Order: sequence, then structure tokens, then C-alpha cells
Amino acid sequence: MNEARIKELKNIANDVRIGIIDATHAAKCGHPGGSLSIADILTYLYFEKMNIDPENPKMENRDRFVLSKGHTAPGLYATLAHRGFFPVEDLLTLRKIDSYLQGHPDMNKVPGVDMTTGSLGLGISTACGMALAGKIDGKDYRVYTIIGDGESEEGQVWEAAMFASHYKLDNLCVILDLNGLQIDGPITEVMNPTPHDKKFEAFGFHVITIDGHDFNEIEAALGEAESVKGQPTVIIAKTTKGKNVSFMENSVNWHGAAPNDEQHAQAIAELKTRYI
Amino acid sequence: MADVKKIATREAYGNALCELAPKYDFVVLDADLAAATKTGIFKKQYPERFFDCGIAEGNMMSVAAGIASTGKPVFASSFAMFASGRAFEQVRNSIGYPHLNVKIGATHGGISVGEDGATHQCNEDFALMRSIPGMVIINPCDAVEARAAVEAALLHNGPVYMRFGRYALPILNGDDYKFELGKGVLMADGTDVTLVGTGFMVSTCLEARELLAKERISARVINIHTIKPIDKDILVKAARETGALVTAEEHTIYGGLGSAVAEVLVENAPVPMARVGVEDTFGRSGTVPALMEYYGLTAENIAKKAKEVISKK
Repeated sequence: MNEARIKELKNIANDVRIGIIDATHAAKCGHPGGSLSIADILTYLYFEKMNIDPENPKMENRDRFVLSKGHTAPGLYATLAHRGFFPVEDLLTLRKIDSYLQGHPDMNKVPGVDMTTGSLGLGISTACGMALAGKIDGKDYRVYTIIGDGESEEGQVWEAAMFASHYKLDNLCVILDLNGLQIDGPITEVMNPTPHDKKFEAFGFHVITIDGHDFNEIEAALGEAESVKGQPTVIIAKTTKGKNVSFMENSVNWHGAAPNDEQHAQAIAELKTRYI
Repeated sequence: MADVKKIATREAYGNALCELAPKYDFVVLDADLAAATKTGIFKKQYPERFFDCGIAEGNMMSVAAGIASTGKPVFASSFAMFASGRAFEQVRNSIGYPHLNVKIGATHGGISVGEDGATHQCNEDFALMRSIPGMVIINPCDAVEARAAVEAALLHNGPVYMRFGRYALPILNGDDYKFELGKGVLMADGTDVTLVGTGFMVSTCLEARELLAKERISARVINIHTIKPIDKDILVKAARETGALVTAEEHTIYGGLGSAVAEVLVENAPVPMARVGVEDTFGRSGTVPALMEYYGLTAENIAKKAKEVISKK
């Protein structure tokens, strides 16, 4: 990828982050921390990688995306809005009674959302189902899912991993958002799910570990995943929770809390300096 | 009814899947119970359309949702206990909330599981599934109805929970039987009381009707194969015309057929009513006839309750 495109993607990811901050501020609740940590990955998937069409969100042979860590819906919504699935200003209706932007993604309400998620552990299994259906019908679409590192404490994640490996779902790419924090604290202190790489390897996955904020590494990993045959891939993306908002970075307090007016102004000011 | 042909509804389920396979595009999932749920019959004939999910029912239900989201209907099977209990949350959130086209084939429902005992006798599935918005619940009374119900479920757009039994039941319906989703079936007419049964208990209600006839009591028998959405019209009509009603089900008396019927009647046509079912207790091991006797799921008990409600008119 050339420098100019990386620059563009960085600016789009910055738009997405501003969308996350604006939306959670307007909602006075929501999950900014884990949304900010996946903003770069979502940006690359939706603006560079996936075969999708905002004009035809249900396109039959589209690549699918499942946000298994559904609470970071603001990240997905901001990405979809900037990609043209719905108006960016609608982000300010997040979580409101008359809005289609539910607290967690709803496939029947939000254009571009491929699966309803929110309850942790379920999304990765649904992604397996989509990938299996693609295999059954001989379709060449790919299925991407982002799971949380805390989410990997759910037993169902490993049931799904077993399934994906058993059915050789090489059209499935799991991306683990390794930001190291969950609601009650650092993942290693709450209920240590590490080492993720060895666990996924033992479950039959091709494992790639990257910096989840580096577009070159994201690109290389997703490309590698596509070339791997006969087994699913997991990309362990090391990320920073609250990325690019100074007071939110690496702070568990911003898992599920919205910025007030003052914090909102500061966060937006910080993000605006990042355009290049 | 010893001379009547008997088939378990689970057997009819497996056979129906095979019959429907050439006509419709769908796949079948199971969680290591194909031999018992009878999806094994389908697996043998259509191995490329059958996927074992192993002993991981929660994952299976969410996988089913993912497949269904691509436009392909899915049958997902396990024992009722695990399909509705273990995987309740996956059924609610992955299938029910997005209203996906997954048909849950739950076998070994109710107390008639027999010797396996309490952990495997699911007396709660109707209550659990009734609580999910948009979930259709079918509990066929014989193999003919079960076969027809499978096709009706497939043609219905949205999630369906089908309960099938392990135990062989008498065939009550003829080959010309037409299954109508959401419609109760008048099995026998009567004027003094109505016996409303579902599944296994429909034939028991018919036996109770014969017992009552010997005492010159005329009992109407209604088969409610669709627990949700329930046929309000046939129930209200029966309550108004017979003035008393008894429900019978292989399920806890809380939240199942009895509760659903009571909800309809209390709002539309309150009449003296009794519920025959498992009374706030767990099951136990035993032969099926011994268990039905133990828990009062008998023609004698239904007849006794019928006389009680008639006396309250």
C-alpha cells in the first residue's frame, strides 16, 4: 500500500474515532474504549478489504462482517456511516428511543450490519455458520469477525474455534482485539485467557500477531489469511483501548462510559490535530 | 390401544427431513445425538447436507443462525433439555431476536424420556420458548402430524421450536390429515367439558373421554399442536359451549399449555378449569407407563379433574 493511501486511511480512521466520540457523547452512554481500539481494523476492512456495496447492503455474494464484541457498536456504526451505508449525522441518535442505531448491532435495523450481536461469544459462532454456508454453496465470499480479548473467556468462543477448524473454514478470519482490558480490570487479572496464540494454534488455527493500529501490518495479515487454505485464521491484533484519545487510552474506566461535554470537547480537539 | 400402530414422533421427524430434502434447500445440524434425534436417518441419505456440531449446543444454535442469515433454512436438533435449556440464550439472541429461519427439532421432550430421569426429562421447554417473541412452538400428537408439522415449519418464515417425543405413540390422524399452523384440531365433540391436550396427552385425553362417556359425561377433545401462537378461537368457543375445561400436557403446569389456555380464557371466557401436568417437581427414572402414572398424566386423572371442573360450573 502506498503512503498516500495509508494517509487517507488514517484520516478515515480519525473520522471514525470522531464519530465514536460524538455518538457516545450524544447518547450519554455506550462503549468508546473498545470502539476506539478497533477503529483502524474496521477502517481497513470496510474501506480497503471487503467486497461490499453501501447501495446494496444485502448483496448476495458480499463479504460478511460480524462484530462479535457487539458492545463496540459505535465503532461499527461510525465506520458504516462514513462508508456510506447511512448518514453520518444519524450517529448522534445512537441509543435513542426512536433510533435504528441500537445499543448493540441489529441486522434488521441497521443497513450494513450482517448479524445481530451483543451477547458475547455468540457472534463468532454465527460467523462460522456464514462461512460454512459459503462452503456449502460454493460461494467465494469471506467472513470476518472481531472478538474481544475479554470475550475469549466465554466457552462458546472455543466451541466455535473447534467448529471452524473441524470444518476447515479457511474463508473465516477471526480478529482478536487484544487491548488487554475488560470491565473489571486487566484481562490477566480478571480471568487470564492468555496465551491466545498457543490456544488458537492448538485449536487448529493459522495464527498471525500484529499491531492492530498499523495499516501495513493489518493489510499483510488479512492478505496472508486469504492465502491460507484448509484452516481458519486468527489475527491477534495488539491494540490500545481508547486509542488516540489521551485520557481514554489504556483506561478501563472508558470501557462503558461516555464523555461529558468537557471531555467530549477535549477528545475532539485532540483527534482533529491528527489529520494529515 | 394395543392393536394400534405406534411410532415415535422423533422417527417421523427424521423421515420427514428425508422426504422434504429433494423439494427444499435446507441443511440439518445436530449435536452428537443424530442416532437418538433421528436426524441420523437424514445424515445417511444426505451426508453433504448434514453437519454434526459435536457436544456444543450453544455453538450449534448460533451457527444455525449464521447459516440462516445467508438465506438457507436450517434444522438444528438436540434433546429438548439442551435445545431449549442449555442453549436458551443462543436461541433467544442469535435466532429469536433477529427472527432467523431456524427450525429447532427438539426430541426427547417431557417426562416420557423414561429411564434417563430428571436431568434429561425436559418439562420446561414450552415455558422457555413461549417467552421468546415471535417463536412458534409445535408439539405434534402423532407421527402423521409430526411429518406435516416439519413441512409447515419449513414453510413458515421465522424461528420454530418443534418438540418430538422418544416414546412410540398411537397414530390418531389419517393419511389425508391437513396440518394448519396455529389451528387447534377438534378430535371429538362433546358438550359437558372440554379436554385440551397436546402431544402425548392428546391420545390420553381421548381415553379420558371414553372413561367419562361411561359415566354419561360428554367430553370434547381438542388437540393443540401449536402452543404458540395458540388458537384462541377454538378455546373460547369450547369454553362457552361446554362451560368447563381441563388441559393436559407433559410439561410443568407453569408456563406451558395450561398457562397459555388459562391466559386466553381468563381474558375472554372464564370458566372452571384445571391443569393436568407435572406439578412443580422434577422427573425421575422409570418406565414410561410408570412415570405417567406417578405424575398423574393418565386418562383416569384427566377424567377426575373433568368431573371436578364440571361440579364447579
